[in-house]
Amino acid sequence: MEKSLNWREFIITRLIQISGYSAILFVALIFFFLLREGLPALSEVETSSLFNPRWYPIEDYFGILPLLTGSLIVTLGAGLIAVPFGIGTAVYISEIAPRWMREILKPLVELLGGLPSVVLGFLGILVLSPFIRVFLDLPTGLTALTGSILLGGIAVPTVVSVAEDALDAVPRAYREGAWALGATRWQTIWRVTLPAAKSGVLTAVMLGVGRAIGETMTVMMVTGNAPVLAVKLGSLFSPVRTMTATIAAEMGEVANGSTHYHVLFFIGMVLFLISLGVNIAASSVVFRAKKRAERILS
Amino acid sequence: MNRIVSSILLSAFLFLTACGPTSSAEIASDSQATYIENKGSDTIVNLALAWAEQYQSDHPDVRISVTGGGSGTGIAALINNTVDIANASRQIKSEEVDEAKSNGVEPVEHIIARDAIAVIVNPENPVNELTLQQISDIYSGKLTNWSEVGGEDRPIVRLSRETNSGTHVYFLETVLRLGSKEDKTLFSTNTLLLPSSEGIIAEVRQNPNAIGYDGLGYVPKDLKMIAIAKEAGGAYVLPSIATVNDKTYAIARDLYMYTNGEATGIVKEYLDWILSPEAQEIVVELGFVPALNPNPIP
Repeated sequence: MEKSLNWREFIITRLIQISGYSAILFVALIFFFLLREGLPALSEVETSSLFNPRWYPIEDYFGILPLLTGSLIVTLGAGLIAVPFGIGTAVYISEIAPRWMREILKPLVELLGGLPSVVLGFLGILVLSPFIRVFLDLPTGLTALTGSILLGGIAVPTVVSVAEDALDAVPRAYREGAWALGATRWQTIWRVTLPAAKSGVLTAVMLGVGRAIGETMTVMMVTGNAPVLAVKLGSLFSPVRTMTATIAAEMGEVANGSTHYHVLFFIGMVLFLISLGVNIAASSVVFRAKKRAERILS
Repeated sequence: MNRIVSSILLSAFLFLTACGPTSSAEIASDSQATYIENKGSDTIVNLALAWAEQYQSDHPDVRISVTGGGSGTGIAALINNTVDIANASRQIKSEEVDEAKSNGVEPVEHIIARDAIAVIVNPENPVNELTLQQISDIYSGKLTNWSEVGGEDRPIVRLSRETNSGTHVYFLETVLRLGSKEDKTLFSTNTLLLPSSEGIIAEVRQNPNAIGYDGLGYVPKDLKMIAIAKEAGGAYVLPSIATVNDKTYAIARDLYMYTNGEATGIVKEYLDWILSPEAQEIVVELGFVPALNPNPIP
């Protein structure tokens, strides 16, 4: 009896261990695959022409800068919308809303997170983009801004859900301490609760931004996909083409092993490195914050 | 996407109806049913579906599955020998022929219908007619305001299909470059590349600044088609079956099906039927131009 229990314990521990390691293994394999398919692009296309301002693959123009800047500007816009809205909603749900309201709001927000992005794309084409064109008097409503707003909408539920959990995990004693010192509700939220939940809130922001930069369907439908170099502030109000939309639109028809094929994988690699960078930056900030907190507490 | 779904539904439906009455003779013939895989151009997909539907109801022992994806996708599938018939709205490129031959595939061309590309604008736009040169200048970015071609003072928003579309390549060669091989004119970078015909139609419908192009068979009645003159001072001609057949309309092309080697057996019977008057009547119903006219368009 004792022995079989030990056995079971052993097997379960190993299974959990394997699933833990498999995540690392899969990421490594994916990265290796991207490298293998993407790196040949560097030898087939001159590095200088990768930084050409034009993307027109059927005539061998492989400048990826328009796509890179397109993705960045859409993601930046989405972040500017999703972060304040997401954190604001999380604070409201966790700190201010009465219990019955919280019980309605939280599932609703999570439901919003389950909306398929194609559906949002349709809303974008039929409702949001005509509205933006008329409201801002732009030549067309299919712009980076339209993409940003919809992506913001997609990222908000992620941010809210994770940030709310982090705020919820802050011990009640912290708030009671602040109130005892005469802090107002707002002072408690801004000076005590939010800083205490900082690492969780930061994770929420990163997950939201990651969701936004990797999103494909919606941006392909509403940003117009024009490969313009998006470096001015005005670019937010003109059409852009993102890296994800380019891969999605073009991967289906490229001949296996052609230059175009390798360049598309190279773009995938760049995308991977960007999200890796974002994650490393986030976790190093969280790590530093934790160390500081430990020092203060000890 | 919805075309793929409808083709799946269609084949499922046909499968069910074929299985309906269960006499032993039919079960026997059912087990010998022949499949034809048909894939490629989005321009042709509705036509190919209509043909497949008609042919299958006349020949219950034949099943034809039709999918879209673009001419490049269809030809790539033929090269990999995963389809019986590839649909293309452009002629196969010499590189693709070479690649096919190295895979042991011998592409054979069949002209199955003709198509005219209509240039479309919003009905609110007062511009009714343009020369080919003007359309070329609009798309290459030389003309940026409708007032330069006799319209209102509005910016021009250029819409195009994605680069994997046969229609895109045809438009580039025939309109932007006016059929000249040496001409290296490209689409202006701020041309919006939309992933579907529906995307172009939706944007033209709601945006009076927009200009787009699409196969004649896909233009809904509520959008305005532009009359086109081959050169300045020439007659302006609206696209129609009559003007395509008498070659006065400038932007018309042949539509193709490709098979691996000369078609044999059931595939040959199907292709022969496609060129029959009965099948070519369906071509007219869907807004394309029949291929029966013996002298092809140069």
